[in-house]
Amino acid sequence: MTEAASCRPPDSVLKTCGLSMVFGGLVALDRVDLTVERHSITALIGPNGAGKTTLFNCLTGIYPPTRGSITFESGDGRKISLKGLAPDRVTLLGLARTFQNIRLFSNLTVLENVLIGCHGRMRAGLLGALFRDKKTRAEEKAFIDFSYDLLVRYGLKASVNELAKNLAYGAQRRLEIVRALATGPKLLLLDEPAAGLNINETNELRELIETIRTSENLSILLIEHDMNLVMNVSHVIYVMDYGKLIAVGPPNEIRRNPAVIKAYLGEE
Amino acid sequence: MATFWICFLAFPLVVFKINANTRSLDTRWDRLYILAGSVFVLTFIWRFLLKRRSFDRLTKVVNEPHGSAPKPTWLTRLAKSRQRGRLLAVVLLSMCVLPFLSNPYMVNIVTSALIYVTLGLGLNVVVGVSGLLNLGYVAFYAIGAYTYALLGYYFGLSFWVCLPLGAIFSTLLGLLLGLPIIRLSGDYLAIVTLSFGEITRLVLTNLDFTRGPRGISNIKPPSFFGLNLNGTPKQFLIETVGFHPDMDLNRVFIYFIILAVVVLTIICVYRLENSRLGRAWLALREDEIACQAMGINRTRAKLTAFALGSTWAGLAGVVFASQITFINPASFSFMESIMILSIVVLGGMDSIPGVIIGAAVLILLPEQLRFFSDYRMLIFGALMVVMMVFRPGGLIKSVREVYIHQASDSKPEPRPVVTALSTMEQGAEDD
Amino acid sequence: MDFFLSLFMSGLTKGSIYALIALGYTMVYGIIALINFAHGEIYMIGAFTALIFSMLLGGPAVGMSGWTLLLTVAALSALYAAMYGWTMEKIAYQPLRGASRLAPLISAIGMSIFLQNYVQLVQTPNFLVFPDLIPQIDLPAAVAKAINRTHLVILIVTAVAMVALTVFIKFTRMGMAMRAVAQDPIMARLSGVKLDRVISVTFVIGSVLAALGGLLIGCSMRQIDFYIGFLAGMKAFTAAVLGGIGSIPGAVIGALILGFAESFAAGYISSSYKDMVAFIILIIILTLKPGGIFGTSQTQKV
Repeated sequence: MTEAASCRPPDSVLKTCGLSMVFGGLVALDRVDLTVERHSITALIGPNGAGKTTLFNCLTGIYPPTRGSITFESGDGRKISLKGLAPDRVTLLGLARTFQNIRLFSNLTVLENVLIGCHGRMRAGLLGALFRDKKTRAEEKAFIDFSYDLLVRYGLKASVNELAKNLAYGAQRRLEIVRALATGPKLLLLDEPAAGLNINETNELRELIETIRTSENLSILLIEHDMNLVMNVSHVIYVMDYGKLIAVGPPNEIRRNPAVIKAYLGEE
Repeated sequence: MATFWICFLAFPLVVFKINANTRSLDTRWDRLYILAGSVFVLTFIWRFLLKRRSFDRLTKVVNEPHGSAPKPTWLTRLAKSRQRGRLLAVVLLSMCVLPFLSNPYMVNIVTSALIYVTLGLGLNVVVGVSGLLNLGYVAFYAIGAYTYALLGYYFGLSFWVCLPLGAIFSTLLGLLLGLPIIRLSGDYLAIVTLSFGEITRLVLTNLDFTRGPRGISNIKPPSFFGLNLNGTPKQFLIETVGFHPDMDLNRVFIYFIILAVVVLTIICVYRLENSRLGRAWLALREDEIACQAMGINRTRAKLTAFALGSTWAGLAGVVFASQITFINPASFSFMESIMILSIVVLGGMDSIPGVIIGAAVLILLPEQLRFFSDYRMLIFGALMVVMMVFRPGGLIKSVREVYIHQASDSKPEPRPVVTALSTMEQGAEDD
Repeated sequence: MDFFLSLFMSGLTKGSIYALIALGYTMVYGIIALINFAHGEIYMIGAFTALIFSMLLGGPAVGMSGWTLLLTVAALSALYAAMYGWTMEKIAYQPLRGASRLAPLISAIGMSIFLQNYVQLVQTPNFLVFPDLIPQIDLPAAVAKAINRTHLVILIVTAVAMVALTVFIKFTRMGMAMRAVAQDPIMARLSGVKLDRVISVTFVIGSVLAALGGLLIGCSMRQIDFYIGFLAGMKAFTAAVLGGIGSIPGAVIGALILGFAESFAAGYISSSYKDMVAFIILIIILTLKPGGIFGTSQTQKV
């Protein structure tokens, strides 16, 4: 892929240019140019250790990238550079994520998990918490209702008051997505959401991802190993190997791309 | 078997007592027999309890294969029962009438216990809620106490001025200390706070204006609108309600002040915990990375927890100084920090009733054990171990707020977009 | 110059003794991530048993003396301390495996209170005079000027202990098992390492080292009481953290830094500030290098 082709302008929500990440001597990301179109579902695939999660970590501010730029279009249409921002700032700008190995607040209830997701959109401070004035109470109520609605909408109504750690595995994955939605994102990063799910659950997940995209009005960037899911759900697929992007295109093109086949199956 | 082992172990220390005067060893075989007997009995109890514990775990696994919520014990159930409000009222009422029915000794002890409740609740914000292990909490307590003692000593400031000042000073100090060290995590944070506590104590010992190890005495009790409480009001109380004649009404007043502080603390901590800020702390404790991914500023959350936790130590310190009327650096040793931490852990982390029970047990128990005089600290140490082995979660487990949705009050229930959840959960249970 | 030299020597010996105790902390922490608060008490018990055995064996009934006495006493007190350490682990920590991180900590604190009061009750709350167990050695005059025999023995014992420990951890099967458990207890267990045994051995080794420290401190300070364990334990733990907890060379370096800092602060500033200097150094180092001197700065795994 050439430089010129990657930096095309249209309606993108997120664009990286020449993004590199070096750990000591290891080049985990090598000049990655990636674009997520608005309202699209973009998938990121590649063998284990290709640098997919590292890319997520750079995007969300957990690692500061060594080189390159990240441009993100926030809710009000401004273009903002995410490079060097702390994870919490990135989330507040509208980029939410889930984790490969589920990271819920396991000793808190499902509802509380979602409420914590609303943190950035709530305003109550210390004094509000102590005095519980009218405004704080109203805000608290509004967001509890909001979280409850969100949970009902995504099928977790029965376990609103359960501790997160007591949920079944599939429900935990789902809760993590709902929690990310609660931050009010423009772009949702999902890190292997289908890992550990069986076929039925994966099908439900596909439905869920599509529903989210339409009803929450956002874009999704997805890391996934389940090819069936990826091919069915995504509009554009990026393929990574050894920290580099080796292919990009719509699913049916990627399916036939020789470089991709080589990366997955090895040299013939 | 174990009996022999322990006896063998204790043999040199128990049997031979070093006689410092004659520089020789006294032999005491009789001690060994007593020890052997008691250890023999204790091992049986220990074995029995351990067996019961593992049996409990096994049955739990058999009955609840999916690791659903463990059965709450009666203490936990009591703490979250519907009658919570009524229970609280009864406790509060009996606390209020206590000084009128009992003796000065009792009032003093309960006052100390209440001071520790305040300290425990404050530390609970830091350790229990936010998961930051603070081993130097006593420093903030000392700041509060010294604020009142010094300002009263040099400038004659009254208790009521110093109470908020003490709280403010220790909060500021918490912020000041928090800034450089807040990026440390886990045990490193613990050891730095520990050193900070020790440094504070050493500074207080070595500075001239704090009067060094001699400390400050004759700290004034708080004034009650300038009234001499031990004059006419006391006479009146003795005649009307049969008040204990030896009771110092100033002490009783302090008792009510700390009671009010405790009630205030409980309300504040409860409200904080169920607010946006408190949830940020909880998130921080549960998972720092996910917490940041929720848009929570990690540094700010840590700092506020650290500083706010210190506030209560400051308040408690001022009250402590006025109760004890004499303070010196020795009252603020590392052991004191450990005591407060034990209250939090023993009572149950992140559980307000737990901390209260913990303080009551840890402060009142050694007093009750006075019967055993010399042995009380020995028993106390052993009890801490036993408690942790058989109830590592503390006396009262924390209970999360339950949210009950009032469907009637606003709009109708939203329709679930995803309906296939039933199959999803079944699928998950199969694996 | 003489003043400097004597401060240097006292710092070195103090540091060596801290190192002996700090190794116990760092090993236990490296393996089960527990701050073993009762470790200082093991050191105190080591000192007490050493005193008792020295009086028993050195008395008229047995009549040992010189090197025989020192070595027998060292062996016996180390043995006893090891048994105390082993028993302590079985009672207070083993049943708590898998509990939350704070539960074993509180249990350790309880154990520490218990042991302190136990010794205070069965022995005495007062200071006891410790005999000079180290026999006369004829040193060349130049050496004798720089270092006295107690310091010399302390340094030699510490150095030998360090080397022995390093060899043990690097080259024996048990040492390898220990390193494996420190890396990943679950994987180590799956590969056939007996976890409980490794932990017991760790406690035993740590206790032996602490007991040696107790014996040596008795010889050099010439008095002991039931409370010595607490402060020494706290200092040693500070040293372990300073060097990067879990790291063995780190513990030694940290302990030496702490020893020097204390000794020089006492000599050049004021003895009342010596404890403070140690803690201030700790805070400064940890703020600059949050993992300790030898600690690895962990990258967050996501």
